[in-house]
Amino acid sequence: MTPTAITFLALSATVIWGGLAASVLRLRHDTRTAPVEDEADGD
Amino acid sequence: MAEKREQWSGQVGFILAAVGSAVGLGNIWRFPGVAYDNGGGAFLIPYLVALLTAGIPILLLDYSLGHRFRGSAPTTFRRLTRGAEGLGWFQVGVSWVIILYYTVIIAWSAAYTVFAARLAWGDDPAGFFFEDYLHLPAEPTVAATPVPGVLVPLVIIWVIAIAVLSLGVQRGVERANVVFIPLLVTMFGAIVVRAVTLPGAGDGLTAFFTPDWEALRDPQVWIAAYGQIFFSLSIAFGIMITYASYLRRRANLTTTGLVVGFANSSFELLAGIGVFSALGFMAAQEGVAVADLDTINGVGLAFVAFPKILSMMPGGPVFGVLFFGSLMLAGLTSLLSILQVVSAAFQEKLGWTSRQAALRLGGAAAVLSIALFSTTTGLFTLDVVDKYVNDVGVVGSAVATTLLLGVGLWRLWELQAHLNHRPGVTMGVWWRVLVGGVVPAVLGYILVTGVRTLVLEPYGGYPAWLLDLFGWGTIGVALAIAVGMTVLRWRRDVDAFVPEALPVDGRRWSWNPAERSER
Repeated sequence: MTPTAITFLALSATVIWGGLAASVLRLRHDTRTAPVEDEADGD
Repeated sequence: MAEKREQWSGQVGFILAAVGSAVGLGNIWRFPGVAYDNGGGAFLIPYLVALLTAGIPILLLDYSLGHRFRGSAPTTFRRLTRGAEGLGWFQVGVSWVIILYYTVIIAWSAAYTVFAARLAWGDDPAGFFFEDYLHLPAEPTVAATPVPGVLVPLVIIWVIAIAVLSLGVQRGVERANVVFIPLLVTMFGAIVVRAVTLPGAGDGLTAFFTPDWEALRDPQVWIAAYGQIFFSLSIAFGIMITYASYLRRRANLTTTGLVVGFANSSFELLAGIGVFSALGFMAAQEGVAVADLDTINGVGLAFVAFPKILSMMPGGPVFGVLFFGSLMLAGLTSLLSILQVVSAAFQEKLGWTSRQAALRLGGAAAVLSIALFSTTTGLFTLDVVDKYVNDVGVVGSAVATTLLLGVGLWRLWELQAHLNHRPGVTMGVWWRVLVGGVVPAVLGYILVTGVRTLVLEPYGGYPAWLLDLFGWGTIGVALAIAVGMTVLRWRRDVDAFVPEALPVDGRRWSWNPAERSER
């Protein structure tokens, strides 16, 4: 692989997989700090 | 007393189902080719811009609609404003048409999972696929001769889909995704690990990731990025509206949307790495450059190029089973979500149970699917229907939805308040600008140019009668479903529903205008 291709592979992986990891962490944080959900809903 | 609505067991179940819906065949066989054709590594820039400015914003629009109005697409749009019910049924019609041919591709994948175990295609994968397996005639036409090799797996796929659907949302769709998605990621991950260690993989990855900066000046590259994100995320034709309607009242919609959007793109990137590593290997074995390969997209990539690669690589049968098994699982999880769009809509309008809807709708769809697409000419009809239903039906539905909410009804601020009234990332005015301005402008352009091309140039060189019958005819069927189902009487009181009141800028917002201004 050329250095340019490696750089772009690393950039893509960082942004996209990093974005996934960051959003999962944010969701965990939101879940911990959110009030308890109602168990059942009507329509 | 209000009727109890089915629910996901929790956030994880919903995310897995939504990811299962978004991750489909297009992630594996469409993204790598689109990225390669549109600037390679540089495509990442328009792709990410499209994800953040259109993909995730429309995903959240769908979530907010389904969650706020607690129903399938027709129910949701009717509760939004009575005259919009037809748009919901159009989305159901589009979903119905997609179901008919999507099952057939899953059936091919199932058959190829078996073929892969003995590399049944020999040294001529193209001849095997088009002639020995599909019995495809040389000239595009329509025939009623069934192909047993397609018919048998197709019937099996339909039995599985109807069985899962009949169990309902939590016991059926969610449980299937909880099993299938981790399995899919594991199987596909194993293929990617193997692919990147093949000789020549580096050349494939170099071809894929080397940026062509000139491409960024080409508006078509940006349109391709928006198109890829749009088709990949399963947005704007009822799926995410329906799925979000089964979330609990206080569910986190915005952060969940980010997880689903990035998970879908993560799988696409993984697929790109796997596919181009494998193509690099094939090019090295054949002594040509990756740029000289002609099948890096769609059916040709999956059923011609990949079998060729599998025949060349050590352990080909094992990885063949994993590859086609992955295609089958990716397709099945997406299929379940599209089926749920149709099932939920009929359950709500006609008062059917999930089992009745699965048997009646699934049975009817199975018969049509078998009659139209398991024949010797199934590939021709599938290709035409797929082109028109996506370029006209799905994009048209998205443009209509965003224009209706952003311009026609001016209700985006209400949906923004709904998203912000629960845990998660806060949506600002920029979300309304994107959904009500940027998205309809970009998708409107894609729609107009797509329709113009279909009208002016015969798609794929097919005869005009075939394009009219299966192309425009498909759009006609979706419209007929929209009109027919909209005029049919509801078997339950859909209009008694009142959406949750929302606090906006210190004032309490209510669906009822008379109650709107008081705190």
